[in-house]
Amino acid sequence: MIEAKNIDFYYGSFHALKNISMTMEAHTVTAFIGPSGCGKSTFLRLFNRMNDLIDGIRLTGECLVQGANIYGKSVQVDELRKTVGMVFQKPNPFPKSIFENVAYGLRVNNLGDKKFIAQQVEESLIAAALWDEVKDKLKKSAFELSGGQQQRLCIARALAVSPAVLLMDEPASALDPISTSKIEELIHQLKKDYTIVIVTHNMQQAARVSDKTGFFMLGELVEFSETKKMFLNPEKKQTQNYITGRFG
Amino acid sequence: MKHTEREMQSLREEVRQMWKQVLSQLEKAKQSFLNNDVELALEIISREKRVDAFELKIDSDCENYIALYSPVAVDLRLVLSLIKISSTLERIGDFAAGIARHVIDDGCNKAETVLIEELQIEKMFDTLTGMLSDGFVALESENTRISGKILAKDAEVDEIYNNAIDVLTNCLTANPASIRYGLKLLLVIRKLERIGDHCSNIIEEIVFYVDAKVLKHNGRKGDENRIVD
Repeated sequence: MIEAKNIDFYYGSFHALKNISMTMEAHTVTAFIGPSGCGKSTFLRLFNRMNDLIDGIRLTGECLVQGANIYGKSVQVDELRKTVGMVFQKPNPFPKSIFENVAYGLRVNNLGDKKFIAQQVEESLIAAALWDEVKDKLKKSAFELSGGQQQRLCIARALAVSPAVLLMDEPASALDPISTSKIEELIHQLKKDYTIVIVTHNMQQAARVSDKTGFFMLGELVEFSETKKMFLNPEKKQTQNYITGRFG
Repeated sequence: MKHTEREMQSLREEVRQMWKQVLSQLEKAKQSFLNNDVELALEIISREKRVDAFELKIDSDCENYIALYSPVAVDLRLVLSLIKISSTLERIGDFAAGIARHVIDDGCNKAETVLIEELQIEKMFDTLTGMLSDGFVALESENTRISGKILAKDAEVDEIYNNAIDVLTNCLTANPASIRYGLKLLLVIRKLERIGDHCSNIIEEIVFYVDAKVLKHNGRKGDENRIVD
């Protein structure tokens, strides 16, 4: 389970997130939607401390992953990122072979011997629905894969270190409809083993893949509810205006 | 106005036109029946095709709207409601044409004025046109406060229908020779009763669109409305 308690976040003097509290249950998919600059990606990145290196940031409140505050003094960020994996908008494979891309996290963290790594790579590629397409060319460069395959490779890389949580920041926005469909099906499959949080600008995607949806605007969480309810009968007028395209 | 809103306005306009056409058919069915006006009955039947054409056009346009614009929330509820409303209006149009056929087929015209008055058929017609007109206003104004009043009118229609069975039973027991036209009359009254049910269904669709509440199959008791969740 992931939980945010009274989160306020600032970029310098800019108040980017305003008193956000929400709980994302384990083994569910939560989608964040909202206009550009509403704070949804900032909020997502808080959960594996991707904002830490930005100058002038300030955070108050608590981010809890599996009950522990990830901004606690004793928390090691690299350890946290084994628990909370992240997939970005643009596929970003390393300039290495397909196999080495997936094995990378295991190697740098000294997790297991050669046999274990090989097994973990295979399992991760199977979980990412990519194994059948790459099993005969594991030594080939990751750059030889299509965009959709590269994105699934990045998901496999995130899965290899056995995280509990997967954060996805617009994971299919750079992909064609077929690759998008594969990623969405993958998200659906993965939620039985992982807690998934996805930021998307595609509202139909949010409707298709998520169990719950949060609508952000101007740094506030306007509405957070079951996805079915959000897209049939949202509570707030602001939400309705946004999802029906009447916003602005 | 955005192009999606224009498309939606155009859809609403088609339903508006269909509604007016059906209302006109029902009013003419009343005149035709009460005055035994065969010419008017023929006009109703000839115009039935227009109502059918409206239904096909609205179905097709709603399908296109869903496929092209992926509506959600209030827009989705509206499109779903319009599909069902147009289908229900078409059924009402069928019933109006059915009544017109009775007028042409003879039978009903042999009924005595006293009997027609006792059966309260004119009141049935008037109540139904009132329900259909009020429904139109409810959709146009997106105001469902009168929905309870409209649904209550359906209960009035049902009561007239139930009473009519007793009236006809007594009448036909005394005049067995009139059984044929009595049965014909019962068929007309049955059609009117069904139109009342359809008008109620339309109101339920408007409540679903405006308030996101499902009134269907709850016995229409009022307080048991299930909110879509």
